[in-house]
Amino acid sequence: MPDEAPKTWNDFFLIRYGGEIAQRALEHLFLVAVAVAIAVAIGVPLGILITRKPALRQPVLVVANVLQTIPSLALFGLLLPVPIIGGVGRVPAIVALTLYSFLPIIRNTYSGIMNVDPAIREAGRGMGMTQWELLQRVELPLAIGVILAGIRVATVINIGIATIAAAIGAGGLGYFIFRGISTIDNDLILAGAVPAAGIALIADAAIGWLERRLTVSSSATNR
Amino acid sequence: MNSGAIVEFQQVQFAVGERVLLADLNFAIAAGEFLVLLGRSGSGKTTTMKLINRLITPTQGQVLVQGRPTTEWNSIQLRRQIGYVIQETGLFPHYTVEQNIGLVPTLQRWNPKQVKARAHELLDLVGLEPGKFADRYPRQLSGGQRQRVGVARALAADPPIMLMDEPFGALDPITRVELQQELRQLQRTLGKTIVFVTHDLQEAFTLASRIGLMDGGRMVVLGTRDEFQRSTHPEAQAFLKTLQVVDAQ
Repeated sequence: MPDEAPKTWNDFFLIRYGGEIAQRALEHLFLVAVAVAIAVAIGVPLGILITRKPALRQPVLVVANVLQTIPSLALFGLLLPVPIIGGVGRVPAIVALTLYSFLPIIRNTYSGIMNVDPAIREAGRGMGMTQWELLQRVELPLAIGVILAGIRVATVINIGIATIAAAIGAGGLGYFIFRGISTIDNDLILAGAVPAAGIALIADAAIGWLERRLTVSSSATNR
Repeated sequence: MNSGAIVEFQQVQFAVGERVLLADLNFAIAAGEFLVLLGRSGSGKTTTMKLINRLITPTQGQVLVQGRPTTEWNSIQLRRQIGYVIQETGLFPHYTVEQNIGLVPTLQRWNPKQVKARAHELLDLVGLEPGKFADRYPRQLSGGQRQRVGVARALAADPPIMLMDEPFGALDPITRVELQQELRQLQRTLGKTIVFVTHDLQEAFTLASRIGLMDGGRMVVLGTRDEFQRSTHPEAQAFLKTLQVVDAQ
């Protein structure tokens, strides 16, 4: 422990706020998990669609790009007056996080599929695979690593942005940070920031591991 | 129509926009024939081949397969009746050798036991020991072994016609000659109709029962090896010179 460490272990911020941190961390994870799940459910099919309909590629990617550039605090603010998906609480927070997840997920789905060796796609077509069979048996399995990389980026970004969701009453680890800022209490800020960083690192490592396991190597390295 | 023809081109033209890539194609391929389409890069030989399994559709005229225009076939059904082998990259890297070979039977919903038995039978046929190779991935094979698997995969559903697009192009010359001889043997035993694309005259001479020489999107010579050697067409002469270069040394 460094010199300025608390006098007793019980004063250490992670211990002192332990129970509440666990609860807020679960809220935090819930927001991110639901948002990423929705973004995958919409973004992956959209990414596939734009590999099939090149005319849609530009508009879809531009919209996803623009969404990404809206500052997060502004997006939460903009959602306040919107009916049903807006206002305060969890719903607008999840909506905002979902919107932020689209770009990496759509873009990686698109490029993952487009990067499948054309010769492999052609062999599949030449042997009489339908579009659906080709997608399901060849393109998606070969693109899964790249798609997961997009999901990983979206998740890590969202864990960070979700701390701001506390500003609109959605809970999560940001709650500590906002309380810490208003009471000028560094321990409180850290009680939110450190677990959020920890969760981000763990999520990054876990999805990264999955990504490496599922990525198909076509090089001759294993010979 | 020629009654023994399994594939027939009738006044076929293929154009992309204003650019005419193939023109005036009129020929028939008899069942059991080994037709080699020879030509330089860009002469239209691969494009001609793709008209047969309807990876592309003629812009004029028609291609008949087993007496029916390709446009009247369900293209998925058509392709499953036609084996297809391309340069080594055509194997699926995430499938084992057995899964690669069993692809078309699996798509046709054979039961898994039959698929496996068929894959092993074909591995034997192409000279790869099933016990040793069935569970390997393409990246764990040599170039020659991959091509053998490619041929086995194309044969899996016992198609009457096989299309092969420069399958041996990336192989070393010794393996290439070995595979050429085995393929010729295999074709005679199984009685398949093979359309084979190459830019190598030596390979054409080894394999073909007839050679179709493509030049600028047209078939300029079509005949047996002897007929080809007697041809006075400049493109045929140019190809024959590639042999003399070797002889002169």
